[in-house]
Amino acid sequence: MSALYVLILVSLFVALAFLSTFIWSVRKGHFDDDCTPAMRILLDDGITNQNQSKTT
Amino acid sequence: MKSNELIIDKQIQTRPTCYHCGEECRDEIIHSDDHEFCCEGCSTVYDILKENNLCSYYSIDGAQGISPDISYFQGKFDYLDLPEVAGKLLEFTDGKLSSVNWLIPKIHCSSCIWLLEQLNRFNPAIRSSVVNFPEKKVRITFDSQQIKLSELAALITKIGYEPYISMNDVEGSQSQKWNRTRLYKIGIAGFAFGNIMLLSFPEYFHLGESTSDQNLRTLFSIINLVLSLPVFFYCAADFFKSAWSALKGKYLNIDAPIALALLCVFLTSIYQIMSKTGPGYFDSLTGAVFFMLIGRYFQDKTYAGISFDRDYKSYFPVAVTVIKDGKENRVPITELAPGNIMLVRNQELIPADAVLISSRALIDYSFVSGEAEPIERHKGDTIYAGGKQTGLSVELEVLRKVSQSYLTQLWNNDTFTREKEDQNQTLTARINRYFSSVVLIISGLTFLFWFFILNQHETAFRAFTTSLLVACPCALLLSSTFTNGNLLSLFGKYRFYPKNADAIERLSHIDTIVFDKTGTITQTNEAEIEFIGNKLTEDELVIVKTLAMQSSHPLSRMLVRKLENITGSRRMLIHFEETGGAGIKAFWGKIEVKLGSSKWVENTNPTEKTDNASHVYVSIDKKIRGHFTLKSKYRPELAKTVNILQKEGFETYLLSGDKQTDRPILSPIFGKDTNLLFEQKPEEKLSFIENLQKKEGRNVLMIGDGLNDAGALRQSNVGLAVSDDINNFSPACDAIVEGNQLGKLPSFINLAKSGQRIIKISFAISLLYNLFGLSFAVAGKLSPVIAAILMPVSSITIVLFTTAATNISARKWIKN
Repeated sequence: MSALYVLILVSLFVALAFLSTFIWSVRKGHFDDDCTPAMRILLDDGITNQNQSKTT
Repeated sequence: MKSNELIIDKQIQTRPTCYHCGEECRDEIIHSDDHEFCCEGCSTVYDILKENNLCSYYSIDGAQGISPDISYFQGKFDYLDLPEVAGKLLEFTDGKLSSVNWLIPKIHCSSCIWLLEQLNRFNPAIRSSVVNFPEKKVRITFDSQQIKLSELAALITKIGYEPYISMNDVEGSQSQKWNRTRLYKIGIAGFAFGNIMLLSFPEYFHLGESTSDQNLRTLFSIINLVLSLPVFFYCAADFFKSAWSALKGKYLNIDAPIALALLCVFLTSIYQIMSKTGPGYFDSLTGAVFFMLIGRYFQDKTYAGISFDRDYKSYFPVAVTVIKDGKENRVPITELAPGNIMLVRNQELIPADAVLISSRALIDYSFVSGEAEPIERHKGDTIYAGGKQTGLSVELEVLRKVSQSYLTQLWNNDTFTREKEDQNQTLTARINRYFSSVVLIISGLTFLFWFFILNQHETAFRAFTTSLLVACPCALLLSSTFTNGNLLSLFGKYRFYPKNADAIERLSHIDTIVFDKTGTITQTNEAEIEFIGNKLTEDELVIVKTLAMQSSHPLSRMLVRKLENITGSRRMLIHFEETGGAGIKAFWGKIEVKLGSSKWVENTNPTEKTDNASHVYVSIDKKIRGHFTLKSKYRPELAKTVNILQKEGFETYLLSGDKQTDRPILSPIFGKDTNLLFEQKPEEKLSFIENLQKKEGRNVLMIGDGLNDAGALRQSNVGLAVSDDINNFSPACDAIVEGNQLGKLPSFINLAKSGQRIIKISFAISLLYNLFGLSFAVAGKLSPVIAAILMPVSSITIVLFTTAATNISARKWIKN
């Protein structure tokens, strides 16, 4: 059963790693705005070199 | 008006929409680059965008552009370069790179996001710009050596997105950052909850009862203890703090029983582990904290971009033009000193009490006093802060500093320093008080019964703690947090924004409703316009409109809007002249045309003014053709709304700062004549509400809009601010509603009442669960598995029930 001791420690370590990633992402501001990124992803940002935009 | 209708028929097909802003082109159409534009502003923005290759702006959401503010003038933002102003506005600067986070109320669609995030293509000195859409803010990082803050502000103003810079920001109280600690707490509690559940599985299923596993069990319980420490001391800290401060104030609040239960469970669990009598209840402890934190997160989620706590400072401009040695300078108004000469332009607010130096000014005090009509002032008159100049620019000499002005004195009233929420009074708190005493009595009796009568000491402790835990008021807490959280978002859908859950609860107890007049039940910028005199021909209407278009006076603007079916043309107009407080004149070819006051058109037999309306006289070729009357227009749904409210038993009052003239129109609506009060000063409004509350014991809902209502809004049980643009101005209040949604007020109140009923029902449901669990617990038979299952199941039931019930009642009240 001594394998369990290692398993428990490893699983706790993995869980802690996920928790610290979460805290890191909150600190970096990933959760400050949960709306704009969803809209931004659909917008083109490529430079359009066509000087006249289409007429009708 | 028949001629107008004919014109509609003629023109309706031919009128194109503006390529930039999507509005109908009403007046002269500007053709440029194969597109039609409704005004100079729109076509200028188009040119700027085209120059910078940004025309794909129009292909995202169609014509969604914003016409730039015509009141912009060169040098408007110069004050931003003053070190003391810039220092407060900049979020970060290292001398080279700086960043600023501006509120831009005009942000409304994905094109806005796209354009504002392409700012570096206008000027490479702008390194990046990131939009936060719900908060309507843009964070711009720029090279401060290459572009000045004022140039940056001017640039985004030129493309239509003027930043809103208020004195609150300049004075350093940056709008509160979104509470990240809340997320940390939820994350940590969730992490601990999950792991403790996992490590408790052997206990749930009675595994590892053999002696060889004893070491493992000890290890598991020690890990559980360690994991629950941050939950107990960090995540749950707010519950303890709030319970403690309530106890210090000698009352029990909603957090008190929670804190007590958490403390009991924590201590018993430690005792069990230390004495090796059991595994403890850390799973339930962390689970309860986790669910409660999530519940609070939903309830306290605020409306980003709406501010409820604005005071007079938000209304005032940040800077004003001061004339010194013949030169115009923009100076922050905090530095305005007595004796300074300031220049106030059309539609600018006068920030400090001052004496008029120019010969004439027309001051619109509607915002401060509620008077609908602008007041004429002459040289040497004292003008109090808060008025808006309408018409030509005027010069004034400052009398007092901004902070000592007459208007700002209102904020020294006690009402503004007092907190409105009395936690003792909320429904949950009241139920909880009974509930927690009942639970404590039951647990105590159980303990005594097992300990002394059956003499089983071990079971006595277990029965005591499990009954406390099972009856843990978290399901009760969830019922109110989730109901109110749901109601907040439902109200938000109908543009009614209560500040928090308490505001909803107070709204459900309202029995008296007090309305303000100007701006609240009248529509701003709209008027009923009638022409009295010989009917004007179509050509003459064209002349009148063209002339009125040249002026920015509010009456002219209303006239222009009224004559929207007439197409103005500037071809024939020459020698345009505007005289502040009097009128405008010009020549149409060789004919002299005048628009303005009775004196201005040299009326020889002036008629006595009887109604509360503004008159605009028209004289063409020295002959008076008649006059337009512009009356403030009441919201169309007003009579019906007030009627419904009265039928449902609400007492309704009208409290106006304006003159008596509209009494005949309003008294049939409000019924009793004594319920109409006119010419009320801001302090009188405040004390009127106070009287209703103290002498008659009423719960008052005050509905207002301007600074003159600020005191009354604050004093009332629920202060509701009406605003036609929720992102712009509204005084400090408990709720904000969009003007055209005011007709739904009875439904809103009913929904708030249903919300209270839903909370009571879900209390009953969780009580059933508690009784079920309690009967096991009292018998000393509740195994940890059942406790662990019962708790989340009851929580989830409550969440589902409140969500469904609030949605159903919202449909019932608001759709009908």
